[in-house]
Amino acid sequence: MKVRVHVSLKNGVLDPQGRAIHHAIEGLGFSGVKDVRAGRLFELEVDDSVTDAALDEMASKLLANMVIENYRIERVSV
Amino acid sequence: MAFRSAVITFPGSNCDRDMADALEKISGTAPLRVWHGDASLPEGLDFIALPGGFSYGDYLRSGAMAARSPIMQAVVAAAGRGVPVLGVCNGFQVLTEAGLLPGALMRNAGIRFVCREVTLTVENNRSLFTSGYDAGQQIRVPVAHHDGNYFADAETLDRLEGEGRVAFRYAEPVNGSARDIAGVLNAAGNVLGMMPHPERAIEPAHGGIDGRALFISAMKGLIGA
Repeated sequence: MKVRVHVSLKNGVLDPQGRAIHHAIEGLGFSGVKDVRAGRLFELEVDDSVTDAALDEMASKLLANMVIENYRIERVSV
Repeated sequence: MAFRSAVITFPGSNCDRDMADALEKISGTAPLRVWHGDASLPEGLDFIALPGGFSYGDYLRSGAMAARSPIMQAVVAAAGRGVPVLGVCNGFQVLTEAGLLPGALMRNAGIRFVCREVTLTVENNRSLFTSGYDAGQQIRVPVAHHDGNYFADAETLDRLEGEGRVAFRYAEPVNGSARDIAGVLNAAGNVLGMMPHPERAIEPAHGGIDGRALFISAMKGLIGA
């Protein structure tokens, strides 16, 4: 099955990349965008036997740096 | 007794030779060279250096892959036994990713890669790595990094400052680092991570020799010379 791990910066952590992307969006002439935060999306193809606990561990030990980032795991039914 | 040091090379390290050269010129003994895939370190090391560069192409996050490489388990164990460990630039990023130092190094606040000489203030001159400097001394050392913006929560920053674990601070704006922190020590004082490159300031041809005292401090502290 497919699993998505969404990794995003914690609230309060400044995001220089998000800010630059925000400026670039405005540079393209779009208005009304209040804020941009950049994150990462991982798509994992896993056996059904892979447990939530194992996914949690993968995310917290490697995919996200828990000092600055949070993650959210989403199992995607195919 | 000869100073027994090791430089760890990861795929994508590019300051390992500079680091090895600095250690050899200052100690008189060439460091051992250790590859990231090795499972163990040479016996009886006095000093371990994690060099700068772009280990694993900065995949995932700077230093993230290197921190999970086989040799790092041995480095973490050695640090736990009190062996001095110096991480410079990417080496600093590896140390934070490996959990040997608190905080994280994020993209520079100005987004741009910063490559120039900067002024640092020696905040703590009582550490193994900084005893050769005067407290508050200003030194000139090069930086070259994209992800040097030090971040930790306010509580961690207060603790680091309270415990004298901020070794160096930028004396000028460089990368947006929290409280201008350029280098931090672990609680035991035997692990130092810093973004600036002391190994690039050890002989007059480099344009300055302010980095020498760091290596000399570490050697004196160990050999008791």
